[in-house]
Amino acid sequence: MDDKKSSVKREFYTLSDYREGERGKIVDIKGKGKFLTRLLEMGFTKGEDVYVEKYAPLKDPIELIIKDYHVSLRREEAENIIMTKPEMVKKRKNEKEQSK
Amino acid sequence: MRKNNQNEKRIVVAIGGNPNSGKTTIFNHLTGSRQKVGNWGGVTVEKVEGTVEHKGYEITFVDLPGTYSLTAYSIEEIIARNFIVDEKPDVIIDIIDAGNLERNLYLAVQMIEMKGKFIFVLNMADMAKKQGLKIDGDKLATLLGGPVVFTIGNRGIGVDVILDKVVEVYEGKDKKVRHIHIPYGRDIEEGIKKIQSVIRRDKDLRKKYSTRWLSVKLLENDSEIIQKIKSKFNNPDEILKQVEESRYRIHRIYKDEAEVLIADQRYGFISGLLQETVSLKPVNRIDISQKIDMVLTNRILGIPILIFFIWLMFQVTFGLGAYPMDWIEDGVDFFSKIVAGILPEGILKSLIIDGIIGGVGSVIIFLPNIILLFLMISLFEDTGYMARAAFVMDRIMHTMGLHGKSFIPMIMGFGCNVPAIMATRTLENEKDRILTILVNPLMSCSARLVVYIMIAGTFFGKKAGNVIFSIYAIGIILAVIMGRFFRKTVLKGESEPFVMELPPYRIPTLKSVIIHMWDRSVVFLKKMGTVILIGSIIIWFLGNFPIYKSYSVDYNSQINKVNVEFSRKIEALSSQNPNYGEQKKTLEEEMRREIEKLEGKKKEEEIENSFIGRLGKAVEPFFRPLGFSWHEGVALITGFVAKEIVISTLGVLYGVGNNGEAQDLKKALLTKSHMTPLIAYAFLMFVLIYTPCLATVAAIKRETGSLKWTLFGIGYELSLAWILSFLIVNVGKLFIGG
Repeated sequence: MDDKKSSVKREFYTLSDYREGERGKIVDIKGKGKFLTRLLEMGFTKGEDVYVEKYAPLKDPIELIIKDYHVSLRREEAENIIMTKPEMVKKRKNEKEQSK
Repeated sequence: MRKNNQNEKRIVVAIGGNPNSGKTTIFNHLTGSRQKVGNWGGVTVEKVEGTVEHKGYEITFVDLPGTYSLTAYSIEEIIARNFIVDEKPDVIIDIIDAGNLERNLYLAVQMIEMKGKFIFVLNMADMAKKQGLKIDGDKLATLLGGPVVFTIGNRGIGVDVILDKVVEVYEGKDKKVRHIHIPYGRDIEEGIKKIQSVIRRDKDLRKKYSTRWLSVKLLENDSEIIQKIKSKFNNPDEILKQVEESRYRIHRIYKDEAEVLIADQRYGFISGLLQETVSLKPVNRIDISQKIDMVLTNRILGIPILIFFIWLMFQVTFGLGAYPMDWIEDGVDFFSKIVAGILPEGILKSLIIDGIIGGVGSVIIFLPNIILLFLMISLFEDTGYMARAAFVMDRIMHTMGLHGKSFIPMIMGFGCNVPAIMATRTLENEKDRILTILVNPLMSCSARLVVYIMIAGTFFGKKAGNVIFSIYAIGIILAVIMGRFFRKTVLKGESEPFVMELPPYRIPTLKSVIIHMWDRSVVFLKKMGTVILIGSIIIWFLGNFPIYKSYSVDYNSQINKVNVEFSRKIEALSSQNPNYGEQKKTLEEEMRREIEKLEGKKKEEEIENSFIGRLGKAVEPFFRPLGFSWHEGVALITGFVAKEIVISTLGVLYGVGNNGEAQDLKKALLTKSHMTPLIAYAFLMFVLIYTPCLATVAAIKRETGSLKWTLFGIGYELSLAWILSFLIVNVGKLFIGG
């Protein structure tokens, strides 16, 4: 059983595919060592909710909301985070997303 | 008054916590000005300690580096955990951002695994309240195994409670203190048990470390712990084999590495904990920071706003800073004159006036600028805007091989490289820090501008502006090239993840900002001041010795002649003459200028025969291929103390004198030196790239903590400067023909 993604493109999304205002859950994280550990300690665990707040003026990095705080990630790093299908979220005025 | 080192009266407290949790502010409130700053064992990480007296105890607080976790992947984490595990502080405080509990507790959970007496400080309690969070501190304390203290760090609220708690915990009077086990689930627990039983056989390891903690770390494939086991354990292979087995087993069952599962379990534990202790009131959570960011990191406005803030920074620094700069300059002059009046003629006078006051004075006038730059850094950091600047600029910085957080330090380099290099502290990763420090001197500082203006103005006339602009531009381009080059060669390795927190905006307290600014300024004065002082004395010595007696012309008698001649002329003026005042003044002016010229020539000869002149002649072969004569060589060498000195040295060497008129120096350069515009351009290039001033070198040594990198920096800059100047002169000749 091979859980790691093969090069055949199946129906999966990476965090870098998400647009501003979209949200979804983490399915898997590719990578090892320092990169993986860093993401883990910042709260990127399987099943965790992630919301894309915005892209930087130069289109990179990305600002995300995870576990109720703001984190930024480079697109090349976001490519390693496998996500569920993105869901566009309409923000109501004066209400912050509760990502619990 | 220190008590005689009775150990019962001393308490050592470690303070840890996430970056941005307000840890430093609380530390500052606890220790105030009684702080001692150093470095952790020969690495580039700053160590701050402070001791206070409370309830008859002498409490020493040690500020651990801010970390999100305690893995082996960064030097900060290793330092933090080794302090806890090896030094065994009496009490350990974890500063937690109450508005960000879940992630902050990830660190707390790893700390309690290390065995110790803990106090959990929930800081920024006011922000949490605003978010509608209600936290049951008592329950949380029970579940975490240590008392909970609520604080509002930037208002100093709750800090006294911390002091009381420290004493209570130390005296064993707090009931909440107990050791908690994080449950990792059946399969991992089995792995832990098996590894533990092997470790337990070594009595020394058992006594020194928590065996459970070691086992968990080994299961997580922690490289530093593996190293420790290999070096300390009697039979490392046995234990490592067991670890290997357990890891393999877990991977087979869960299809994931053990460390991923362990992280999951930690968050699971935290989640359960939060469910029992935190309730969210149904309040509309208005996130002010988010609103502010809609403007500050806006797609269209983001960059212009950043440029504006940078502009503001320089305006404050150089605009506002100009006033104290003038005062200090006047002050130094005044002081110099007084001292000149008191001291008898001779070597000591020359040493003090020219060497010490002259050398140190030329750097001290930049002090206001430097302090203001430190103030700006403090403001950017404490408000949280620094992270936004990094966020906006990262893409550009990344192409330079740098990190978004390098942007502010790099830009500051255009003002002065010293605070810029000290500002690299904000970079969380050592490699990023070193790289930024290495290329920072290529950002042409304001002292160099003085040299550019003089040289470009002399040789390029109206085009001087464009020429200077091209120098700045080339500096930036070189920084990009060298940045990428070093990233691929000397500083290669696993590339650092960018993952960076964007903390909520905060209004910094005046006290906090002033303390930050003050700390850095004091360091600057102490370290750089000493270095500059010594450097000035050495340059003075090299320039004034050996004492020269046999001049080509008897200058002293010449000067006397001029004196006598003019005095006679002035006397001859009839006091009845209506233009008496004016004519007298004109004659006095002329006399002064003649004498200055003669003294200038006298000085020129002296320097030529001094050590520095000889040094200049000795290194002439080095400069010859670049078209520089020994004059330029000497000037460049003195530029090592401070770049502005290059101009005054050239002045002296070409007989114009230390404070000669700019016009005179221009004329002298055009006629006496053998520089053509092409060579002048090469000279500008050399000044741009070659070794930075003493203060900068001292800053590099201090921030990298390594002689190796400092020497490397000096070496590559000197080489690069030479190569480029050489290319300019020789390739340029082909096009221009000489």
